[in-house]
Amino acid sequence: MEEFVYDAVYLRREDFEEGRVLFETWDPNAQYAWDAGVAIGRYLQELKAGRLIGRSCPECQRIMIPPRMFCESCFCATDQWVPLEDTGTVLTFSRCYVTWDVIQLEKPKMPAVIEIDGASPGMGILHLLGEVDPGLEIGMRVQAIWKPPEERSGSITDIAYFRPLEPSEE
Amino acid sequence: MYGNGLKHSGKRSNQRVAVVGAGMTKFVRRAQETAKELSWEAAHLALQSCELTLDDIDAVVIGTAPDAFDGVHMKSEYLSDGCGGWGKPVIRGYVGGGTGVFAAIQGWYHVASGLFDTVLVVCEEKMSSCKPHPQAAFLTIFDHTTERPLEPNLLWIFALEMNAYMNRYGLSKRDIATVSVKNKRNAADHPAALLGDPDITVDDVLNSPVLAWPVQRLDVSPVTDGAVALVISASQVARRVTRKPIWIEGVGWNLDTSYWTNRDLSYPVYVEEAARMAYDMAGITEPRKQIHIAEPYDPFDYKELHHLEGLMLFDKGQAPRAAADGVTQRNGDLPVCPSGGLLGVGNPIAAAGLMKVAEIFWQLRGEAGARQVPGSPKRGLAQAWGDLMQVGTVIVMGV
Repeated sequence: MEEFVYDAVYLRREDFEEGRVLFETWDPNAQYAWDAGVAIGRYLQELKAGRLIGRSCPECQRIMIPPRMFCESCFCATDQWVPLEDTGTVLTFSRCYVTWDVIQLEKPKMPAVIEIDGASPGMGILHLLGEVDPGLEIGMRVQAIWKPPEERSGSITDIAYFRPLEPSEE
Repeated sequence: MYGNGLKHSGKRSNQRVAVVGAGMTKFVRRAQETAKELSWEAAHLALQSCELTLDDIDAVVIGTAPDAFDGVHMKSEYLSDGCGGWGKPVIRGYVGGGTGVFAAIQGWYHVASGLFDTVLVVCEEKMSSCKPHPQAAFLTIFDHTTERPLEPNLLWIFALEMNAYMNRYGLSKRDIATVSVKNKRNAADHPAALLGDPDITVDDVLNSPVLAWPVQRLDVSPVTDGAVALVISASQVARRVTRKPIWIEGVGWNLDTSYWTNRDLSYPVYVEEAARMAYDMAGITEPRKQIHIAEPYDPFDYKELHHLEGLMLFDKGQAPRAAADGVTQRNGDLPVCPSGGLLGVGNPIAAAGLMKVAEIFWQLRGEAGARQVPGSPKRGLAQAWGDLMQVGTVIVMGV
């Protein structure tokens, strides 16, 4: 198969620095404003009030978070808002030491998928962990730390992070 | 629960379809050639490999991943001249990282439908244009309202999935690092490889910088530029063009929910569904006996293991043990990624998936040179994966 491999020209950093190749650059200025929609609009409103809310399906009975106006499994309209707890269980987590453009972070960010109490099993949301010691593990119980009401804006970041729950706090 | 009760029709086409030619460019970190030029080089070599010209091509399938890599809107139209698309029916399929194998599937159904006799499939990716890092192109994959305010990056979803997989089956980093070592060593024999390394060790992987634990630098495939092309023909043409057509026996693809935080991340059920569809079509009832060689998608080392389990080639949680025991080595019982995979050859997204299909083509024809798997394999599969960790694309091919 070697004869059917084209030997592409591999450019090195020096080729640019020393002006051996020509190139063009563009700096896009793309801006968007997204409508939150019906289900997520209510979700954000509840976040602002310091609460998590889900939505349930009349056919499969799943209580879903993030909430949605239709069940993607039964393909029918969901029909009820279900108040949920602000506690949950860590389904998985990471310690991320770099930004998206691979710049080293001084303090790692700790994203996690957190199964929310009151929703159906496995129903998690993406959020961040904080106040975490090195013993962090999957299955750990956590609780939302809310921003003070005056700082909330109706955003997923109205929860500052989730912190571990001690067994005595359950 | 998965979907709303999937049924596999096991339907086949009366039109047999074969891969008859393949060509590719070298995979490099940053190519001087433009995306169009890379496409042309691969397409032209694929035609040359089966002694056809563009006049013999009835339609063109183009696979290329996010437009945002290139900053070119509708980039398959931009690429089409380099892909041989001028004045022909052209289509682009796009399922993220799953695109490379999906493009071959599209090539198959273009011919299997009876619409066309011979189709040129070209997959190209030039990730290097996107500054300061092509990860920027992936930031918009997350939900704009419920996730992006948390400033996620693409590494998160891999790290979260890898941790879920390791935790479910009690796996160690060492169990998984063997995949990276195998693939980078295999790639040392691939003439197009970017990161082939015959001397790499498990400790090298375990000592590489931590990006997003448990993901370390050498667990990850590199940013890459490159292109790959295949020629796919109906049986009546294939038999005339070559003495060694490689038949496409089964294809499958499947998409999981985009509510990814509601899934069990430790098992790729969508890969299993795609595999079941392809196996049904190919008449495969015992994949572990009937598949002789596999090229599962390996953008990260754990993904190869995850996908081998989804493909039902190993029991859940058992692929790491098999890898440690040498089963997946090029001379093992089930050679896996003999090409060197994305970890070794490189990961120009759509082109990387089609490279896997090309590898099965070359291996089954006995033309893989120093990478040739012993024992004249008769049937192999390639699989890719992508979108928001949710699509599986599978193709089964045989002599």
